[in-house]
Amino acid sequence: MSTSALEIRQVSKVFVKKERDRARFAHVKREKVVALANVTLSVNRREIFGVLGPNGSGKSTLIRLLSTLLIPDKGTIRIFGHDVEKEEFEVKRLINRVSVDAAFFKKFSPLENLTYAARLYGMPMREAREKMRQIMLHLGLKEETFNQPMEHMSRGMQQKVAVARGFLTSPTLLLLDEPTTGLDPHSKRNVQGFVRQIRAEHDATILLTTHDMEEANRLCNRIAIIDEGKIIALDTPEGLKSLVSKRNDHEPTLEDVFIQLTGKKIEEKEVE
Amino acid sequence: MNTLVREMRGAFAFIERNINLVRRYWGWELVWLIYSLVNSLAVTYIGAGMERISGQSLDTQYLITYLLVGTLIWSYLSVIFYSISEMIAWERWEGTIEYTFMAPVSRLTHLVGTTLFAIVYGVLRTLVILLIVASFFHLDLSGANIPGAVLLLLAGSVSFVGLGIVAAVLPLLYPERGAQMTNAAAAVLLLISGVYYPVETLPGWLQVISAASPATYVIRGMRACLLHGESTRALISTVLVLIGAGIVVIAMGLLIFRQVERYAKRAGRLKRSG
Repeated sequence: MSTSALEIRQVSKVFVKKERDRARFAHVKREKVVALANVTLSVNRREIFGVLGPNGSGKSTLIRLLSTLLIPDKGTIRIFGHDVEKEEFEVKRLINRVSVDAAFFKKFSPLENLTYAARLYGMPMREAREKMRQIMLHLGLKEETFNQPMEHMSRGMQQKVAVARGFLTSPTLLLLDEPTTGLDPHSKRNVQGFVRQIRAEHDATILLTTHDMEEANRLCNRIAIIDEGKIIALDTPEGLKSLVSKRNDHEPTLEDVFIQLTGKKIEEKEVE
Repeated sequence: MNTLVREMRGAFAFIERNINLVRRYWGWELVWLIYSLVNSLAVTYIGAGMERISGQSLDTQYLITYLLVGTLIWSYLSVIFYSISEMIAWERWEGTIEYTFMAPVSRLTHLVGTTLFAIVYGVLRTLVILLIVASFFHLDLSGANIPGAVLLLLAGSVSFVGLGIVAAVLPLLYPERGAQMTNAAAAVLLLISGVYYPVETLPGWLQVISAASPATYVIRGMRACLLHGESTRALISTVLVLIGAGIVVIAMGLLIFRQVERYAKRAGRLKRSG
């Protein structure tokens, strides 16, 4: 059995953007966009691993590759020893994902959406129902909202249901793609506490992408900084901060590291 | 055993999801039912009015039943076709496609759940239309072979499941217009399958194409059963051909779906919502 939870070796992904040329009839312009370029990293079991990068840097592409939603052009990805391309089904049983866009059947209630997810993951319903209730209450959702249509809920509440869906199946590798975006500070703390809890109780490994430097600093054992599809730094939060310690008169923060290494602020560039 | 239970739970996820979609979008369902009902009535009234249109003496009762069989069978088969082809389109509309495709559930299980729902839903919906339309016309089905007709309909459903899977790849390939493209595919089947007229009415080249449509055999067989009381024994060869063709089309559909799913994952087509 592999000692790493996740092994990414020389992975590249290029997308072809097609755009109709208005000046020339039936002519389509094709532009190659490099989302990831030769990315190599490994994540240890029970580690909370952060990926920081500006919008469009390749973070979500990386998460989608790990989620079996994209196939790499080059390189290999192994999750607990299983190749994501060749052993897709085994990988799917081990993972779950929370993404920044809380996608649901909008007219369904949280319970209906979570029931759908639980059945897809083959969970016994008695166990699943109890777990859904517990997780949603823990995340601060009130019981009276459990049966109300998702479309009537605020963005933050929808995101909490998305988080509950990710935690529901107790994944061995949890992929969190900006999970706390849109949440109030209290809810953020709840989610962060839950991330630690799921690691402690379920022996889970967590890969987290975030724009929140404080969140990354607080949660992550190690952090990779990614820009234009390449990993430009990888270390513990303290290790990363030591890279800039001599250049500033104040105690360095992850944001200082980020700005210095990428030359950008975290919010820069267009959305992926 | 564990795997079987897991897959059954997965299949039930799609059945329950579709029941919930019908409950939540009941307004759409009602509009769609009224549309189908009015369409069936309008088509059947063409038969009722043929004597006046042509100014000749015709067997109006036969014409009414002929058109009614066509319109009802088409209503049922198109429900099967759309329910299955929409298994992807719904996920596109709601934006949940990535979550469903990430789940450890096989595409076959996805299909089994969707098909079971489609058949039950299609039968119930067609029965409602039949009951209402029957109250407008005098239908004489005393000489009809009803068990034979049911057998034929179930056998024909298998092929339409396969065609539905093939059509389901369109929303996977074309996020914005894939669902509309399935309408065009259904319209072609309607034209060539002899739903409202004998296929012999079509130009020779279209008759050749009509031979490839499973609906041609279902509708022809249903008319033989319901209008002429054809025996079940005489239908066996058609039933076997339909089941055989259905199995081939389903296998082909799954293969095509698998390839297109891989392409969508290579090209990043799962991400965008329609």
